[in-house]
Amino acid sequence: MVQSLHYLKESASQTAGPYVHIGLAPGAAGFDIYRQELGRDIAGPNAQGERITVTGQVTDGVGALVKDVLIEVWQANAAGIYPGKGTVENGFRGWGRVISDFDTGVFSFETVKPGAVAGRDGRMMAPHLNLWLVARGINVGLNTRMYFGDEAAANTTDPVLNLIENAHRRETLVARADGDVYHFDICLQGDDETVFFDI
Amino acid sequence: MTALDLIQRDREWHPLALAPDYKTSVVRSPRNALLSLQSSDSELTGPTFGHDDIDAIDNDLIRNYAKTGDPIGERIILHGRVLDENARPVPHTLVEIWQANAGGRYRHKKDSYLAPIDPNFGGCGRTLTDATGHYVFRTVKPGAYPWRNWVNNWRPAHIHISVFGTAFAQRLITQMYFEGDPLIARCPILKSIPDQRAIDQLVAALDLNATVPLDSIAYKFDIVLRGHRSTYFENRPEGN
Ligand SMILES: [Fe+2]
Repeated sequence: MVQSLHYLKESASQTAGPYVHIGLAPGAAGFDIYRQELGRDIAGPNAQGERITVTGQVTDGVGALVKDVLIEVWQANAAGIYPGKGTVENGFRGWGRVISDFDTGVFSFETVKPGAVAGRDGRMMAPHLNLWLVARGINVGLNTRMYFGDEAAANTTDPVLNLIENAHRRETLVARADGDVYHFDICLQGDDETVFFDI
Repeated sequence: MTALDLIQRDREWHPLALAPDYKTSVVRSPRNALLSLQSSDSELTGPTFGHDDIDAIDNDLIRNYAKTGDPIGERIILHGRVLDENARPVPHTLVEIWQANAGGRYRHKKDSYLAPIDPNFGGCGRTLTDATGHYVFRTVKPGAYPWRNWVNNWRPAHIHISVFGTAFAQRLITQMYFEGDPLIARCPILKSIPDQRAIDQLVAALDLNATVPLDSIAYKFDIVLRGHRSTYFENRPEGN
């Protein structure tokens, strides 16, 4: 026998299930209970930078729409600062909750385009949104990133995108720019499967 | 590096992404390996919440949707601590829960189970842990309910729990179960967890010391988030 290290184990994840909206977006479940739902406004009214809309759909391994997904977004402000790391605009949360429409499977949210952020080794990371997906059938929430299609130069040198050996798979993390609207579809499984991270 | 790395997530402790007996996971689990990413600020920072965000009533599911009286069901106190893997409390972090009513019915437009909606029960609550990581909710014990997986599957009574921590990479959603429930050992969602000790960790113990006598019974459920690593000697790149 040896001494115990006395570390605890992280509680095991369990699926958010089909009724995740009750807890995290009760209005979508069909009732009004809280003074305010959290995560409705990512950037707030005072945020500097370019106002953008991000929209897309999530599909499963047979191409069916995932209509019960909930996505959380975490991002820096336009100056590349995360709340908690430095001063950001009053009301800038950097965090939000997004759900797919129960009928069309389309999700859509408004925010500001984040700035570049220094990566682990000091190399700059291209502007990106950090995303976390939960739904029925997803046992452990899935982490991914959304990069911006109109940031080609920055994307080329991004240290995280460059970890992805297959160029086709790299493209799964880059949203198509259409003016101030970015189209970003997420595929849970299959030929066009989005790159998910163990972070 | 300005923030400490997190302890690596133990993928052998968590449920498998592909768990064929939980049928929906078959088409919703990635086939490629997850790409391992050393943390940057994108992973080590995360949203924080304060008392302006929520109201005191939000952790009382017996009262937060009451219209004509109290909801039907076994009154329970659910309490515990949010800790990290170093056994340190996680203070002032947001804990959100949601659950079925005592009959096993969810207040959700997509739930059509025949058990009735309770007019006095919404089924969700939220709170912040205190300075020592404690949280408490008052609610009614949820009922078991059938679900479409095999023809005859029943979920053990459970409460869904969402917790934040301080880093986006600590984000966790899990479910807590109740000591003594015979459905626990038969649940395909729980059995997607390969290690029985990890399942046991999700079962709340009856806690007679925390009951409100002649009013509410109590269960204690501690939640553990990923901890931060200790680095005693910084690794310096070659040539420095
Ligand atoms: Fe459930």
